[in-house]
Amino acid sequence: MIKKILILLFILIPINANALIEVDITRGNLNPLPLAVSPLSIDEVSRKSFKKILEKENIGSEISNIVENNLRTSGLFNPLDKKAFLQAPDIANLKPRFEDWNLIKAQALITGKVNYIDDKLRVEFRLWDVLAAKEMMALAFTTVPNNWRRVGHIISDKVYERLTGEKGYFDTRIIYVSEEGPKVQRIKKLAIMDQDGANNKFLTLGNELVLTPRFNPASQMVTYLSYFKNMPRVYLLDIETGTQEVVGDFPGMTFAPRFSPDGKKIIMSFANDGKSDIYTMDLENRIVEKITNHPSIDTSPSYSPDGKYITFNSDRSGYQQIYVMKNDGSDVKRISFGNGLYGTPVWSPRGDLIAFTKLHKGKFYIGVMRTDGSGERLLTENYYQEAPSWSPNGRVLIFYRETKTDDKGEGFSAKLWSIDLTGYNERQIKTPTDASDPSWSSLLSN
Amino acid sequence: MRLNKILKNTLLVLAACLVLSACATKKEVATDIQGQMQGDVYTGTDTVKYLADGVPDRVFFATNESILTTASRETLRAQAAWLRKNPNINVVLEGHADERGTREYNLALGERRANAAKDYLMTYGISSERITVLSYGKERPVDSGSNPLAWSKNRRSVTVKAN
Repeated sequence: MIKKILILLFILIPINANALIEVDITRGNLNPLPLAVSPLSIDEVSRKSFKKILEKENIGSEISNIVENNLRTSGLFNPLDKKAFLQAPDIANLKPRFEDWNLIKAQALITGKVNYIDDKLRVEFRLWDVLAAKEMMALAFTTVPNNWRRVGHIISDKVYERLTGEKGYFDTRIIYVSEEGPKVQRIKKLAIMDQDGANNKFLTLGNELVLTPRFNPASQMVTYLSYFKNMPRVYLLDIETGTQEVVGDFPGMTFAPRFSPDGKKIIMSFANDGKSDIYTMDLENRIVEKITNHPSIDTSPSYSPDGKYITFNSDRSGYQQIYVMKNDGSDVKRISFGNGLYGTPVWSPRGDLIAFTKLHKGKFYIGVMRTDGSGERLLTENYYQEAPSWSPNGRVLIFYRETKTDDKGEGFSAKLWSIDLTGYNERQIKTPTDASDPSWSSLLSN
Repeated sequence: MRLNKILKNTLLVLAACLVLSACATKKEVATDIQGQMQGDVYTGTDTVKYLADGVPDRVFFATNESILTTASRETLRAQAAWLRKNPNINVVLEGHADERGTREYNLALGERRANAAKDYLMTYGISSERITVLSYGKERPVDSGSNPLAWSKNRRSVTVKAN
C-alpha cells in the first residue's frame, strides 16, 4: 500500500552557510518563531490540470497549508495569518519585498511555485531570512501529482532542518490500533495514517483482536499481536503486499514485539507456565534465541539504536521496573528506582534517553530518563496513558490516553496524544475512531 | 522470596480488612463495597456464572497478584471435581487483568493468573491436556467502571468449556 515513490530533488542554488535565524528546540519554546508561508504560486494552465487530476481548486494553496499546519503543530513556529500578507505569491517567489514581510513581523518567509510538466507535479520552494534579506534555501521536487501531500511534508522537514539544525519528522506515518464499540467488547483494527492524520487506512477488518503494531526501520513491515483463531501470536505484516505470517513456532502466547534497529530480528516475549521471557527471532534464518531466563514477567523489550543493548520491564524485584541488559541477555541492571511502577521502556533514536510509563499513586505518567536511570523527568500526568513512541528525530513522543468512565461505566475513550521532549506542546492527534498503541515510522524520505 | 511475597500479601489483606471494618463502623455507605470485596479481591457474585450447580466459573485476584485466595481454591476444587465427573469436557482458562496497568505487562499477568488456576486444577487430578490457557490482559473487562470494585471484578481467571 505504501508505494515507494521516487521524488526527484535538486538544489537550485547553493545554501548560504551562515544560518542567521536559529530556533532552539532543546528548551520549551514559549516564543515560537513568527514566519510567513506564502501560498505557492501557480499558473492558470497548471491550476486547471491539477484541479482535474486531484480535485483541488488550487494545489499551490493546499501544499502551503500542509507546510503551515506542520510548522504550527511543532510548537516551534508561529505561521502568520495570510490575510496580512502584502505581496502576491508569484512576485514574492521571484524577489520578496523584505520590508513588507518585516512589517508584519515575519522573521522567515517561505515562497514557491507549482507547475504541471509532463503529467508530473513540479514544486520549487525557497526559504528566506527576512531580517537579513537573504535566501537561506532553495529546492525543487518533481513527482507524481498524487504525491502532493508528501511534497508538503518534505518541504516542512527541509525548513525545520534548516532552522533548527535537526532532522524533521513530518514526512512520516503512524501505525496504530483503531478502537470502536463498548469498552467490554472493543473491536480493534490496525490502521495507518500520515503523521498529520491524513490518508487514514485500515489494514485489518476487526474480526480478531489486534494489539501493539510496530514499524520496521524501513517502515515497510509491521510486527504486531493478533488473536487470530484465539491464539495470541506475534505476526509480521508487509504493508505493501498485505501478506501476513506468524513469527516463530511457539506453543503459547507471544507478545510485545519490536524490530531490531537493523530490521533483521524481532524481539518479543513468550509466556509459558506463568513466566514471560524475552526471545529474538532472526527473520532470515529463523533462528530463535532466548535472551532472558527468569521466573518473573520480562516484557516490553526495546533495542538501543546501535543494537548493543536492550531495555525491558520485569517484576523480578516484586514489582514492574525497568532494566537494561546487553543484547545477549548478560549484564542485567535495574535502572528505575523512583516511587511507583515503571513500564514500556523505549530507547530514543538518539540513544541518550529511555521513555517510559510510570504508575504512581493512581496516576499514570509519561516520562524520560537517561539510560543509566538518572535524570528522570515526568512530562505528563493523567488518569491513564501509556506506550510512548519516539518521533524519528527523538524530539516528540506519541502515546495514547484513556478516559475514566462515569458512575454508569460510560464515557470511555482512547485517543492519541503527542508531547515534546521539553514537556511542552501537548496535543491530541485526530483519528477517525478511538485509537491506541501508536508507533511512529522513520522518515520516509531522507 | 516467594514466601515473603505471600506473607506480605496476607498482611496487606489483613490490613485492608482492618481498614474496611474501621470504615464500616463510621459509615454505612461503605457496606456495599465491603460486602463484595475482601482486601481488594472481589468476593461478590454479580458477574459469576456456573459451569454446573455449585461450580462457579471464575476466581478473582488482588491487584498485581496471581495468588489464589481460600475462596478461589474452593472454587477450583469444585471445578476439578466437576471435570473429573465429565472427562470429555476440556476447558480454556481465560486470564484477565484490570485497566490500571500497561497493556503488555497485563497480557503476561493474565497468563500468570490463568496458569495459577491451571496448576491448581492439575494438583486435583486434571490433565494439562484438557486445559488451554488464554490471556486477554486488560482487553476484555466485564465491568466498564473506573473504580476499585469494577477493577476487582475484572482481575479474574474464567474457566470456559472448550467443547
